[in-house]
Order: sequence, then structure tokens, then C-alpha cells
Amino acid sequence: MVSTSSTGPLTPVLTDNWDVEQSWKLSSYAGRGGYEAVDVALGMAPDDVIAAVKDSGLRGRGGAGFPTGMKWSFIPQDNPNPKYLVVNADESEPGTCKDIPLMMANPHVLVEGVIISSYAIRANKAFIYVRGEVLHVIRRVQAAVAEAYAAGHLGKDIHGTGYDLDVVVHAGAGAYICGEETALLEGLEGRRGQPRLRPPFPAVAGLYASPTVINNVESIASVPAIIKNGADWFSSMGTEKSKGHGIFSLSGHVERPGQYEAPLGITLRELLDLAGGVRAGHELKFWTPGGSSTPLLTPEHLDVPLDFEGVGAAGSMLGTRALQIFDETVCVIRAVLRWTEFYKHESCGKCTPCREGTWWLVQALTRLEHGDGGEADLDQLLDQCDNILGRAFCALGDGATSPISSSVKYFRDEYLAHLSHGGCPFDPARSTAWAQAEVTA
Amino acid sequence: MGTLDGKTIGELEEIAARYPQKRSGLLPMLHLAQSVEGRITPEAVEKCAEILEISPADVHGVATFYTMYKRHGVGDFHVGVCTNTLCAVMGGDEILARLKDHLGVANDEVAPKRQGDQYTVSLEHVECNAACDYAPVMMVNWEFLDNQTPDSAVRTVEALRAGHPVRSTRGPRLCTWREAERVLAGFPDDLVDDGPAAGPASLAGLEIARERGWTAPGGDGQAPAETTTASKQQAAGTADTQRAESETVEETSGTDEAAAEKPEAK
Repeated sequence: MVSTSSTGPLTPVLTDNWDVEQSWKLSSYAGRGGYEAVDVALGMAPDDVIAAVKDSGLRGRGGAGFPTGMKWSFIPQDNPNPKYLVVNADESEPGTCKDIPLMMANPHVLVEGVIISSYAIRANKAFIYVRGEVLHVIRRVQAAVAEAYAAGHLGKDIHGTGYDLDVVVHAGAGAYICGEETALLEGLEGRRGQPRLRPPFPAVAGLYASPTVINNVESIASVPAIIKNGADWFSSMGTEKSKGHGIFSLSGHVERPGQYEAPLGITLRELLDLAGGVRAGHELKFWTPGGSSTPLLTPEHLDVPLDFEGVGAAGSMLGTRALQIFDETVCVIRAVLRWTEFYKHESCGKCTPCREGTWWLVQALTRLEHGDGGEADLDQLLDQCDNILGRAFCALGDGATSPISSSVKYFRDEYLAHLSHGGCPFDPARSTAWAQAEVTA
Repeated sequence: MGTLDGKTIGELEEIAARYPQKRSGLLPMLHLAQSVEGRITPEAVEKCAEILEISPADVHGVATFYTMYKRHGVGDFHVGVCTNTLCAVMGGDEILARLKDHLGVANDEVAPKRQGDQYTVSLEHVECNAACDYAPVMMVNWEFLDNQTPDSAVRTVEALRAGHPVRSTRGPRLCTWREAERVLAGFPDDLVDDGPAAGPASLAGLEIARERGWTAPGGDGQAPAETTTASKQQAAGTADTQRAESETVEETSGTDEAAAEKPEAK
């Protein structure tokens, strides 16, 4: 163990206690200063809490990157209805795997963030909507909420301040679309998870048509440290417009996949260096910066700063920092077809461009993957994308076109090779985790 | 045939009462119904509708929208193999194909119960389950089985059918599907403190930061004093499949080494 320390390329904050014994327990969390930020926050005026989060520069960690403090300030405090906080813990974007381990190892930082955030927006009821397919994570969050009640961090007159807050842990039931915030509200109201027309935005008419803030798990979990250490502490990390720390999730053909918490603006080259590089004997072919809905990038983008601006300038989106790494053994069309089948399956059916369009995309891509058709089919595929992008009811339809249009942009020759080869020229066995390491000459 | 007894109906009402508007309870209520009846039955639809004062068609519309609700029965252990792109590429397709072949089932079917089997197993392919750093991933009753291979998957389903205890690679000993559904309905069991805080991949970045003394600004660079040997051991082993296999199926592991490696959370 080293005795000197420095702010390095990695900055564990939310992940900092994941190697602590029973880190999910209140005793462990409190022993490391947990719930002290609640006292700080409840000693401030709610508007000052909002101002601190605004000043920190925290932007939504669920993908869109909207400034969190600004979102909170949109809650109309003169609205007579109750205010609600809803945590979006429906982590389902392919490649995204940060909130699930966070809630498994450190659920109390989320609960503490819920208390502070609810106080700031003057909510007395908060909901944590966790996807249903993660049983042990749900146990951990349920238990953390129960422990927080027993310790007086939740319930009536929290810490003797007169502030009341109740938290309900709500398990979803299997629907990617419920990660879309208005579809999530539908699910939370006991309905089919189909997005709502906006405006009105949830800040004005959200849950039960009342003012509602919906934030991602990592956004809310980032709040306690901001309150405790100050907005300047948070904004000392990151880049000019993308402040703070974020969890970067490396997966796929990388030597050491996993969670890497770093300031925004780190590059994939730096992350791959830390993670031991692409798997031995292979080279990077393509990657997603933030899940399957963010356009693919290639080795030429290794030095793009992974912040909202940098990835945007490279023609993609930072998204959820879900860095899926694919090496040269992977057929990009197989990869894209599988994602497209996912979007077709998860389309909620509400709007025609997405419901019908994703079905047709699967047909067109399947033909191409099998080497049927001609180059005109490729153009038709892009035309189909044009008819979905910007015309769908919510971002699911837009996202469905991202892998397709970006893959055609960077790998048009590979599509054509399927046509000339009369099928897929790749051997799927070579891409598996148990494929023998190969030495490329 | 109806199994919604007074206790269950009381619990359904209790779920509805957690929310400012009772219809919000519908998703967990349907989870509870499945825990009692093994699927969404017409009787459960009627009862939920009655409690929530909405039409059975409304309830049915919800029950058919979400993939975790089953109108036909599933096995005691419901196996989901992730075949979204990343897991598929890493071997999920091969795992699913092997399990279909081994169990003699198509997608979303229950394998026949053979003579001597203690439990039934059902199989479906699932979408991304937020464990991509452990690909390829298999879920059993919504617990993680990380870093699987076709062989480890077959050993797991055989252990489950035989009634041998199987442990999640990042969680407790697997409970039955009905027991899991009860937890999802908001009635916790006593397994929360089983299993580790984090698996090896979850700790990848933190370990490097510890080794090199990197912290967030103002940090002391010290690994917490209470860091356990269990988590160190666990982190030390990279997510190799041999280990995942030996840990997953307790009964078939057969080696002392595997037993010693098993992280004990208690």
C-alpha cells in the first residue's frame, strides 16, 4: 500500500468503498462519514442546495447530460401539488453496467443522495424505480432504505429538522423503454410503459400530474459528496463544460473489463492502457462510447476526450460511458443486427416510425448479413433510418438508427463484402471469451 | 384452482397502500401474484383489477406489456441467457444454443422434468442485464451468473434440476423463481447480506487506483483499513471462467481450492 497519494487519472468517489467489507451496510457507510452530508444539506436553505449542485456543474449521468441543478430549479414551487423525486434505476441501455454495481455495493450513497435531492426540491415522497431483473440489487436497496428509516435518516422529522421524507423502492418488470423518463412514470403509475407527449415536462406535470424530478442513480449518488466537499471540489475534476467524476464501464474484448471511475474527459486510449489493452493478439475494431444508442466509433477516435463536448464533436454521444470494445474478429453487421433486433423487441408500439421502422430495419439488415440483395438495399437501409430519426415519439427510435448509420459510415466495405461473399465472412467462434488467443502475423 | 387466499389478498392491498395512488402498486402486485400462482392467472388479473378499481382489461394490458410477467408457467429456476450484442459476441449465442440442445427446448419453454429431478428449469434469451463487464452473462431467477461458458451453463442447469445448491457469482444461493418474485413485490427475504459487495470486474479500476495511490482531490490515498481478505482474494482472481464455473456450482466444484476461494460475506 502506498503512502503518498495524488489526484490521478482515476478518482474513486462513488466506487471508493466497494472493497470494504459489507460496504452495503449502514454501519460501514456511516463509519466512513456517510450521512454527514444530510446534516450539511438540511442546515442549508433548499434553494442553496440547488445552487450548490448548479455551481458544481453536475450534468445528468443517465446519458442526456442535462444540468442536474437546473432540472431541479424548474420545479414550480408555487404549484400546490406535492413534489416528487423519482430515481431512474432502470439501467438497461446495452453496454451500460454502472448503476447496478453501484447499488449492489453502495446503496446508502444513493439513499443519502435521495434525501438531499428531495429536500432541495421540497419533496416528501421519493421513488427508486429499479429494473426488476436484478434481484440481489433490489435486496440491497430495499435493505438500505429500511436501515435508513431505522436510523432516523428517513421518515418523520429527519435529524430533528422537521423535514419528512418517505422512500418507496419499486421493482420494474422488464421493459427497456421504462428507462425513458416519461415511460418510467407510466410504469410507476401502474400502466404500460409508453412515453408521454412533452410538454408538459415532468417538472411541471410528472408523477400524478405533479411536479417531478427524475434523475439517474449516478446523478443522485453524486450529490452527497458535492454537498460535503463543495461545488468547487467537484468542478475541479473534469473538463470545462463536463465537470466531475463519472464511472466508465469497459466491456468486451479488453484484458481487464470493469468499472473505472475517472474525471470526465479521460480518453479511451488512457482507459485501455489502465485496463491492459484490447485482448492479447487482437486489435480494436469499433466501440460504443455510451451504449448501443450512441453512434459507433473506431480506433481513429481513441484520443477523443470522453466528455459531452468531445464525443459530440466526434459525431457520437457520451451517453452512459458504456464502452463496449469489439476487436477485429467481430462482424459489425452481426453486432448491429443484434442491437436492431433489440430495439424492435423493445419498441413500445406507440408510434408508427419506431414500431414499423424497427421491424423493417431487422428485415433489411438480416438480408444484408446473409449476403442477399445488392448495394441498393444498403441505400434503402439508410433511407429507412432517415424516416425514423427525428420522426419517432421518443429517443428509442432515434437510438435504433445510430448503430446502423454509423456502421455504414465506417464499415461500408464490410457490408459490401457480405454481398460479394454471399454471406457473413466472419467465424463467430473467434470472438468468444474462450477463443484461443491468436498471434496475428 | 384459485390460490389467492386471504393472506395474499391482504398483501396485494398492502402493496397498493404504499403509494399515493393505489394503481401505482400494479407492477409489484403482479410480481406477488406470480410468486403465489407461478404465472399471471385470470383470477389474479380480476383480483388486482378489483383492488385497484380498474378494469381487468387494464390489468391485462399491463401484464402483457412487461416481459417478466408470464402467462404460462416457468421452471422453478428460470434461466436467462443474455444474447444482446456484447454477450452474444462473447459467447452468449453459443451458450444459448447449447442449453436449448441440452434441455431439448425452444426459447421460453420449460424443460421436461425427468425422473429423479428435484426441480424444473426453463430457458429464455434475455436482453442486456447490465453486467457487460462479466460477459457472457446468464441470469437464473434474476441473479447473476457471470463469465459463463457452455459447459458451466450445462453444469448449472443440471445441478439445479438435481436439487443441488447453486450460488450466484455475485450474490446468494439461488432461491426459487416464486421466492424471487416475492422479493420483487417488496417483501424481502433474509439473503441481503449474502454474497460480496462487488465482483472482480466491478473493482478493476478501484484496485488500480489503490495500487498507484490515486484518489479524488482531497483523498488520503489509503485503502480502507477494513478492506477484507475476502474481497482481496476475490479481486485477485480475474474473472476467468474456470473459477466462475467452480464457484457457481457448489456441489460439482469438488475441490478444496474452489471452496477456499469462495468469498464469504459473513
